Amino acid sequence: MKSTVLRLGFTLAACAALVVACSSSQNGGGGEAPPKLEPLGALGNGEGELNLIAWAGYAENGSNDPTIDWVTPFEKESGCKVNVKVGNTSDEMVQLMRTGQYDGVSASGDASLRLIYAGDVSPVNTSLVPNYSTITPFLKDRPWNSVDGQMYGIPHGWGANLLMYNIADVTDAPDSWGAVFTDAGKYKGKVTAYDSPIYIADAALYLSKTKPELGIKDPYSLTSEQLDAAVELLKAQKENIGEYWSDYTKAVQAFESGTSVIGTTWQVIANLIGTDNKVQVNTVLPKEGATGWSDTWMVSSKAAHPNCMYKWMDWITSPEINAQVAEYFGEAPAQSKACDHTTEKDFCEIYHATDEKFAAQIHYWTTPQKQCVDGSGDNCTAYDEWVDKWQQIKG
Amino acid sequence: MLSAGARRTVKAWTVMVLVFLYAPLLLVVINAFNTSRTFAFPPSGFTLHWWSDAWNSTGMWTSLGNSVVVGLGATALALVLGTMAAFAVQRYEFFGRNTVSFLVVLPITLPGIVTGIALNATFTSALGITLGLATVIVGHATFCIVIVFNNTQARLRRLGTNLEDASADLGATSWQTFRYVTFPMMRGALVAGAILAFALSFDEIVVTTFTAGPAVQTLPIWIFGNLFRPNQAPVINVVAAALTVVAIIPVWLAQRFGGDPATTRI
Amino acid sequence: MTLAAPTSLTVRRRAALAFLLVPPMAWLVVAYLGSLAVLLVSAFWTRNSFTGAVVRTFTGDNIARVVTDEVFRAVTLRTVGVALVVTVCCIVLAVPLGLYMAKVASPRMRLVLVVAVTTPLWASYLVKAYAWRMLLSPEGPLAWGTGYTPGYGLTATVITLTYLWLPYMIIPVFAAFERVPDSLIDASSDLGASDASTLRMVMAPLVFPGIVAGSIFTFSLSLGDYIAVQIVGGTTQLLGNVIYGQLVTANNQPLAAALSLIPLTAIVLYLLAMRRTGALENV
Repeated sequence: MKSTVLRLGFTLAACAALVVACSSSQNGGGGEAPPKLEPLGALGNGEGELNLIAWAGYAENGSNDPTIDWVTPFEKESGCKVNVKVGNTSDEMVQLMRTGQYDGVSASGDASLRLIYAGDVSPVNTSLVPNYSTITPFLKDRPWNSVDGQMYGIPHGWGANLLMYNIADVTDAPDSWGAVFTDAGKYKGKVTAYDSPIYIADAALYLSKTKPELGIKDPYSLTSEQLDAAVELLKAQKENIGEYWSDYTKAVQAFESGTSVIGTTWQVIANLIGTDNKVQVNTVLPKEGATGWSDTWMVSSKAAHPNCMYKWMDWITSPEINAQVAEYFGEAPAQSKACDHTTEKDFCEIYHATDEKFAAQIHYWTTPQKQCVDGSGDNCTAYDEWVDKWQQIKG
Repeated sequence: MLSAGARRTVKAWTVMVLVFLYAPLLLVVINAFNTSRTFAFPPSGFTLHWWSDAWNSTGMWTSLGNSVVVGLGATALALVLGTMAAFAVQRYEFFGRNTVSFLVVLPITLPGIVTGIALNATFTSALGITLGLATVIVGHATFCIVIVFNNTQARLRRLGTNLEDASADLGATSWQTFRYVTFPMMRGALVAGAILAFALSFDEIVVTTFTAGPAVQTLPIWIFGNLFRPNQAPVINVVAAALTVVAIIPVWLAQRFGGDPATTRI
Repeated sequence: MTLAAPTSLTVRRRAALAFLLVPPMAWLVVAYLGSLAVLLVSAFWTRNSFTGAVVRTFTGDNIARVVTDEVFRAVTLRTVGVALVVTVCCIVLAVPLGLYMAKVASPRMRLVLVVAVTTPLWASYLVKAYAWRMLLSPEGPLAWGTGYTPGYGLTATVITLTYLWLPYMIIPVFAAFERVPDSLIDASSDLGASDASTLRMVMAPLVFPGIVAGSIFTFSLSLGDYIAVQIVGGTTQLLGNVIYGQLVTANNQPLAAALSLIPLTAIVLYLLAMRRTGALENV
């Protein structure tokens, strides 16, 4: 026993020595300006390979459904063999990009800035991407995909987080997020919400309209008090939540089986439920507006195959292909000309693809930072605080 | 031995537990034929469509192949290292023998997420190795060693040293003793251990998530990834149903040739 | 049955021992313990709060936070509670089954049962968890058949985890029962003991190490699980989710490493305590 204690003691001492030895007094690094990186100067020949991180459904190569394939034609045309790693959340994507083993990523707004400021992605030379010129204008030079007028990626598509409800169970056709916040008690145990700290912005958005005295202007620029108010609202909401969702099939199945009757959703989920025709649901963009996501293809600063990546970005934003992706995934295409190529003729209307007013109501996912993302100061709460609060909310 | 009442009770209990064990698996099989894409119950219809989708899914076959390769690699490593360790512990007295046993058991008892994070931190920050199939095999081998070790050690303990001593007395070298006496007796334990190790490696997802690189997809990772895809979830039921049915074969073989079931160890 | 007789270590035997011991030990110490050491070290580092990059400055903040934060404490207690309940449920289910398999069933039936119990290990963990999600849904088979379902939450989590880890408990328990000599049971009943007494006073002490061996698995697997909880747990959060959340969502690897020390310590302590019972021989 004594020898065990002695051995344990030695091990601990060795560990402590190791820790101290391996530590240094490095500076934490800023966040004030992204590292200086050069965009690609000129487009050369393809390198023969491309490693992508993408949301599920963004880079289909026929391996899941032989008729759904826009990667194989790309491989034939460009000579770049594509390997896709599906990222399940923005946070995973940020982590994967950090390894430097990928050439590009389809980053949502809550990942893009983190990548830019960490120096994981390079600025993009938009003149090398011909299809960029016809990208819908209100997606260019936005806070989540550019810094000081320099674009860091090529827009892919966007969508809003909508309010969805089961028509049979929720008979009063809600038009406000209050249905899942202050009035959520009506459907206690059957409310659902998106399982990510970024959902705090939804609560903040609701508060910005219902409690203007808090002074919330932008749901991603929250001071500590504003953040706490949003957290209180979410803690109250949790009492009524049946379960949170972060994957489509879970959300679809939850509505179809009656586990959830009302909550945040993506259009694609409503479409799947409609196809199955087991329950009837309706989606609405509530009067307070909504959060959403706008995805951008970004090039890794350590990309081993930058030419292939640029070719991919041009390919995926070409009218026919962008239409294919948008229809498969269920989102608004970034390419304005894609609307002529969708198989469903009124696809763009349903998704409000070129409706700037509709798009302006959406508060796209952006990574909250200490320096307020709406430029109103530098006393805002940063994303890691949001993560801690989120874990507190879930308890 | 036990009274009739007791025998009836445990028999009824056994049936109940078996129902408990197999009801969800039955549901999986049902869903493999369900027309609904989202596991809804009762099934909305019968279809073989998902089976043909699964058959044509190159993603599924590639990841299945990767899983088999990883499983075989990890099992092979585990067989060698686990048997060596089992022999050392069981047939020799030495200082730190208990520590060795303890150490070997550790990888499988610590939660996967801890092992996964640790290996990932080591591979990427400390060693700067690119993650790939090899790193997955290393991760899996580490907990597969335990399984082979346990099974082999248990069998060695039961066998005792009588026959080995007799063989040595009759003039055989250690290698000959091992080859002609010990190994044939131990073979069953090795088979049982190898099959169980393969099974655990095949279904492992947590450690794999942290040690697989960009190009590597094992079957559980493919399944996890496809659960998120809009139209592919039922294909997974097909794969699971097929695997479960197919798996009965090696399990049966393991038990038949593994010899005494009482020495089966995880 | 004889145990290995202690042999004096001659030079030749030493060499043989070294040959046998060095490769596996090198592997485990370097690959495994080394990784754990890296994890331990990184728990004392910190990170750039915006980009998430690890900064190698020594700080005890993470450890302090792990110990004092209310949420972490609540989640740890909940997780340990779940692990204990799951272990108890597995024991309750496995022991009569093990008894039947070992002492009552015919040899042929025994083989069939062992196969039947081991086969579920081959069905994908994810698919099994989703199957339970199906079973427990408000319109699933359970509600359809009995009119009641516990829904998704802590109860569902416990049920699903019990289901997933049950084979890991049954196998060592069965093996332990098998090793109980029939003669002892017969002798006990000959001496007039009832079945319950025989079970309690004769078999239980002999089977106990097997039960403990199984409990090591169920306890440790439950302590670190984060996937099954997401599938059937509703809004429940367990330690594995918190660790995963800090690692992936927050990109805070040092804090995740510090949090991992909780289950690590718990299991190591449990293992050390259980060494006495001889359970590790039966794992």
